[in-house]
Amino acid sequence: MYDSGKIIVGLLIFIALVTFPFYNNIGKVNAKPELKLDTPEIQKLPEQERKCVESKEFMRGGHMQLLDDWRDSVVRDGSRIYTSSAHKTFNMSLQNECMRCHSNKKDFCDKCHNYMAVKPYCWDCHIAPKENKS
Amino acid sequence: MKILFPFFAVIALILLAFAGIKTANMQFLFGVVIPYAALGIFTLGVIYRVVKWGTSPVPFRIPTTCGQQKSLPWIKQNKIENPSGSLGVIIRMALEVLVFRSLFRNLKTELKEGKVVYGWEKWLWMAGLAFHWSFLIILVRHFRFFMQDVPSVIKIIESLDSFLQVGVPLLYLTDIILLLAVTYLFIRRVYLPQIKYISLAADYFPLFLILGIAVTGVLMRYFFKVHIVGVKVLAMGLVSFTPSIPEGIGALFYVHLFLICVLFAYFPFSKLMHLAGVFMSPTRNLANNSREVRHINPWNYPVHVHTYEEYENDFRDKMKAAGLPVEKE
Ligand code: HEC
Ligand code: HEC
Ligand code: HEC
Repeated sequence: MYDSGKIIVGLLIFIALVTFPFYNNIGKVNAKPELKLDTPEIQKLPEQERKCVESKEFMRGGHMQLLDDWRDSVVRDGSRIYTSSAHKTFNMSLQNECMRCHSNKKDFCDKCHNYMAVKPYCWDCHIAPKENKS
Repeated sequence: MKILFPFFAVIALILLAFAGIKTANMQFLFGVVIPYAALGIFTLGVIYRVVKWGTSPVPFRIPTTCGQQKSLPWIKQNKIENPSGSLGVIIRMALEVLVFRSLFRNLKTELKEGKVVYGWEKWLWMAGLAFHWSFLIILVRHFRFFMQDVPSVIKIIESLDSFLQVGVPLLYLTDIILLLAVTYLFIRRVYLPQIKYISLAADYFPLFLILGIAVTGVLMRYFFKVHIVGVKVLAMGLVSFTPSIPEGIGALFYVHLFLICVLFAYFPFSKLMHLAGVFMSPTRNLANNSREVRHINPWNYPVHVHTYEEYENDFRDKMKAAGLPVEKE
């Protein structure tokens, strides 16, 4: 190989970049977020009623979309009642509805969001429920 | 044919992954086996190609010289366009790799009233730059899936990319730019007759593949949600060699992942190797010092040279007889 010194340095940099995610994770705990659903409001619900606004599968991916729809509906149309696909009604509110049940923001919303490195800017204005620092 | 074949190839790949997940439940194949295989092919393939290039000799200095060469002290040298030392070469390479300096020189050649005229043409450069940079930013952003504690650099890039705060999840600018740029690069190939003429299936295939990757990614983020936490669990499993398949991620994710794997595996065999090739191009990475340093062609084999002295020794008598002057009596 001609200019092998330079080429080998280049290839080493390439290998270091490609394998970065692998060696970066050596010896690190790889824990998925454990969500807590043990808030007083959820505990109050009867066992088989412990459901979110929509199905769990929908909420996982679509909760931000739902919140966005709620926001538009409240702020633009002034309508605050949401009827879910299970024909239950909810008060369309981030602070007063979602956080009523999920009053443990730190052990619920933040668990996922920190894991995924998302930081919803909603809390710049909306008030997060008071929690003891755990 | 040159367009339709790669187009349907990408469609077939999408359907393959979709059917594999939906009907045959091959999550492990598409989520673990193929990604590892693709990364292996990519890494080894790139190394193989680079080493193979490295073994080809460069017979003499062939840098492109777009400025005044180093010559007499009172003639100003263009140190970057015509470098004579390593520093100049490094700056020139950096400009080439980071801002596509030589593509910036691109001109439009046209026949106007029977004359060849050259015109302004920076669209390709702009689209190329927009495409490559947004691709890089998107790649870097994806590292939030591969790291337990996402470093603040990536968070900063993410928040800059979504600073318009449009919708939820926040709209990324690079998603839009990438889609527009790839679309432009495709339209350019079919719209301009000269470019269409020289475009091959191997030019369209990466374009369609990247378009497929971008579109599935955008669909997944903004429209048909997948279980993103599950995606990260899968990704972390892969990078820590403890692969697991979380439940209910959604077929769209596997399509996205499969197209990326195809891109990685196809990479070393394709024109995409310009990733490494740009660093290896002699016209860019050589200093123009032909007048200072003697460069020996590495493939020169020892040639027996018949010098004049030997010639005269052979023919001295005959030369003298013919009255020709000789150097030695
Ligand atoms: C009536 C109480 C209640 C309200 C109101 C409520 N949730 Fe839930 N939420 C739950 C329960 C209970 C679960 C667990 C569901 C399950 O396990 O099937 C849940 C699950 C979820 C999940 C899925 C977690 C997982 O396991 O992946 C998300 C995300 C979520 N909620 C977000 C929200 C958001 C956002 C709102 C406001 C729009 C909201 N919830 C309003 C009770 C509630
Ligand atoms: C600039 C400050 C601000 C930010 C940031 C903000 N909101 Fe709001 N939001 C408001 C105000 C003001 C209202 C109106 C309150 C009302 O009329 O009850 C509101 C109302 C809402 C409502 C309906 C009423 C209620 O009680 O919740 C929802 C849902 C909502 N916002 C969701 C969100 C979400 C989700 C985000 C983050 C993506 C967000 N907001 C970010 C200021 C903000
Ligand atoms: C199952 C994990 C999970 C839980 C629980 C969860 N989120 Fe999320 N949330 C996410 C993910 C993942 C995203 C980002 C999606 C993306 O990046 O594509 C997100 C995004 C959001 C966004 C959009 C912000 C943005 O910048 O894109 C809002 C608003 C939001 N979540 C609100 C909430 C609230 C309020 C709760 C608690 C009631 C909650 N989430 C609980 C996973 C979760």
